Amino acid sequence: MIELNLPIDKEQIKKLHAGDSVLISGTIYTARDCAHKRLKEMIERGEKLPFDMNGAFIYYAGPCPAKPGYASGSCGPTTSARMDAYAPLLLDNGLGGMIGKGEMSAEVTKALVRNTGVYFAAIGGAGATYGKAIKKSELIAFPELLSEAVRKLEVQNFPAVVATDCEGNTIY
Amino acid sequence: MRKIDTKEIADKIYKMALAACVSLTPECKRALKDAADGEDDGAAKFALETLIDNCKTAESDGLPVCQDTGMAVVILEIGQDVFLDGAPLEDAVNGAVRKAYADGYFRKSICDPVTRENTGDNTPAAIHTHVCAGEQVKITFLPKGFGSENMSAMYMLKPAQGVDGIIDAIVNTVKNAGSRPCPPVYVGVGIGGSFDTCAYLAKKALTREVGSHSDRADIAEIERIALEKINALNIGCQGFHGKTTAIGVSCEWAYTHIAGLPVAVNIQCHCVRCRKEVI
Repeated sequence: MIELNLPIDKEQIKKLHAGDSVLISGTIYTARDCAHKRLKEMIERGEKLPFDMNGAFIYYAGPCPAKPGYASGSCGPTTSARMDAYAPLLLDNGLGGMIGKGEMSAEVTKALVRNTGVYFAAIGGAGATYGKAIKKSELIAFPELLSEAVRKLEVQNFPAVVATDCEGNTIY
Repeated sequence: MRKIDTKEIADKIYKMALAACVSLTPECKRALKDAADGEDDGAAKFALETLIDNCKTAESDGLPVCQDTGMAVVILEIGQDVFLDGAPLEDAVNGAVRKAYADGYFRKSICDPVTRENTGDNTPAAIHTHVCAGEQVKITFLPKGFGSENMSAMYMLKPAQGVDGIIDAIVNTVKNAGSRPCPPVYVGVGIGGSFDTCAYLAKKALTREVGSHSDRADIAEIERIALEKINALNIGCQGFHGKTTAIGVSCEWAYTHIAGLPVAVNIQCHCVRCRKEVI
């Protein structure tokens, strides 16, 4: 099991291989369908993004509301393929990599290779496990999107697998 | 004639929703355990074991098993000797869903299909009502996630395609879905009817217990062969390859037109959270 503290730099990304089991800690940002549409429009208009995309990692997820005493509600990954249309643009604008579930398109793989990025697969359906691994959650953009808003998460020991590495190898 | 207040139905649905989202059905849990036991070491086994641990965490902490607490699908079979008193039935059902999703800290996932604006309270539910014999109300509550719903498909086959065509439609839907719907999946299939009733049959098939079989031998055989072929696809848990791609295939049927053979395939992820109650 490889332990990672995100964000990681390109030298660390190069050491990861498709199929590696990892435990992810550190800082990640949630974004899914609606948030991606807005991020794309902001990039196209040349606006400042709600977080520094350079080297950052996005988690394709929309949590449940947090119960009292918990930093987050259940928060497993959502289907990454729906973000196929956006991931190459974000990677070309500095995104370090993504965490989601399920295969992504060939265009995304090319963008990962081109930018030395990595795509991790978390375990879809393990919402309670991931929710409890979130130690801090801060809503930083698009609150009106509710669960689809962008949140900055501090996570500890997220189980995941390297799904697509920076050489374009994939587990699927 | 038996009088039932719709509040009684709403109270029942409220409790069913709260229980369903934090706990899988016993049959589903057993299927996941069997799948993990049958898998060789590797990513698929690791994923299955993570899912089994996740179920325990969800139950002990009262957290949703999956953050996609779904669209609330409510099926009501209402005896024709029942008189429904009180608030309009749909308002009562939606009220129960609204309250359960707020009180349970469940995700609100329902939005306008065009503007994508969230309704904020997970209503309206998808409500199906049937009038049947008797003086009972049978309630089925199924929180349906959309990662799997998105991978569902509808086919209008030619009658000449027959049983082989039905099996191919089922297997190809799961194959095309690949890793995306959170396999191992539970596959609900509608065979026959019209375009609309066929899709509903597929959803109704998902309310059957995992591991159950059709009481029609020829249809049970379709379920068996389709499951065997799906598990030979080597998609495996999460698409990490392995022996279990589906934990079951459940087919419901209805009479159809001489010109047609509709087949609907509704995919359910491994979070089978269906609840049933009778008033």
